Amino acid sequence: MRQALAALLLALAAAPAAAQVAPFVVTGDAVSAPLDGLAGDAGRGARIVRNRETANCLICHTIPDPRETFMGEVGPPLAGVALRLTPGQMRLRLIDPTRINREAVMPAYHRIADLLRVDPRWQGRPVLTAQEIEDVVAYLATLRE
Amino acid sequence: MRHLVVLAATLMLGATASAGEVRAPASFLSPDLRALQDDPSRHPGWLWVDGGEALWREAPRSGRPSCEGCHGPIDGMRGVAARYPAVASDGALLNLEARIERCRTDNQQAPAFGYESEALLSLTAAIALRSRGLPVAVETEGAAAQHLAAGKRFYETRQGQLNLSCGQCHDENVGRRLRGDVISSGVGTGFPAYRLEWNTLGSLHRRLRACSLGVRATQLPYGAYDYVALELYLAARARGLPVESPGIRR
Repeated sequence: MRQALAALLLALAAAPAAAQVAPFVVTGDAVSAPLDGLAGDAGRGARIVRNRETANCLICHTIPDPRETFMGEVGPPLAGVALRLTPGQMRLRLIDPTRINREAVMPAYHRIADLLRVDPRWQGRPVLTAQEIEDVVAYLATLRE
Repeated sequence: MRHLVVLAATLMLGATASAGEVRAPASFLSPDLRALQDDPSRHPGWLWVDGGEALWREAPRSGRPSCEGCHGPIDGMRGVAARYPAVASDGALLNLEARIERCRTDNQQAPAFGYESEALLSLTAAIALRSRGLPVAVETEGAAAQHLAAGKRFYETRQGQLNLSCGQCHDENVGRRLRGDVISSGVGTGFPAYRLEWNTLGSLHRRLRACSLGVRATQLPYGAYDYVALELYLAARARGLPVESPGIRR
């Protein structure tokens, strides 16, 4: 019974599409507060950044890791990004870079509104969850040179 | 100081001009793949060309004439593929595949081959080969204008979960690396093409469906109007570039 109730609660939590995107407040060009108050894990973030199925950051960006080959050059290199951007600035650029530059090529990783012709498999889901955004921010914050 | 501003403006103009340049797809191929594309004795696409040439001569079971029965030898199709997509007499925008299918159902009274069938790919490749090296010369005015505008709109619209327009990659980032691949100008002059990733010959619409999937947008059905209109816009962008079909693509 308790298990069934837990499953029901989980299902309810997953149901509304809007709940999949965490609320956030933009101050200047940053979102200073972590999404949903979550703590990021740099180790998990490093794996998300390298994952070709989800974030696929390396299709456009390079990271300072000699083991990685065939990285993209559409976006700026991520080496030293922590010296250029605060975690809050990184957070907004991950959530939705078009908030800073309407023409930005980089996809919005935590947005579901105002997107066109989204594949049904991805409808109502952001590319990355709030936890994954925080993990990536934590990883990027370690790239200090 | 003013000189600096002028210099910066000039540099930006220069960058814009080169970003707007549409390059032939062959120029993005490695020397090895370009040599393969140019060598019929090694090009795997010639299996389909041979099949298409046989189909050209083969009369359908309906008793109606073969393609050759009306059009003569297939070499007479020189320059035709370079003019497609084109608007038919009834106002419909047809690409080469749709034109062949219409001829088959209406004139030959035979069942359609079906998009992406081996037979349709083969006939398309055999006919397109007769335009190889000729400049793309699609009509963009008159009845074609509204379809061209629709294709341009589709090309410029951000779409999919990754919120990307075609132009954001194929205009603004041409020549840059996306993982191990170099972003091309995104024109369809080599299709149907033998794509190494597919290990087979495929149509431009198959390639467009892969692009849609790449930005996590809804994949449109083969032959969908939006894809045909986009095909016309891509051909208009490629006007003057040589037809490369059947091409070799990564």
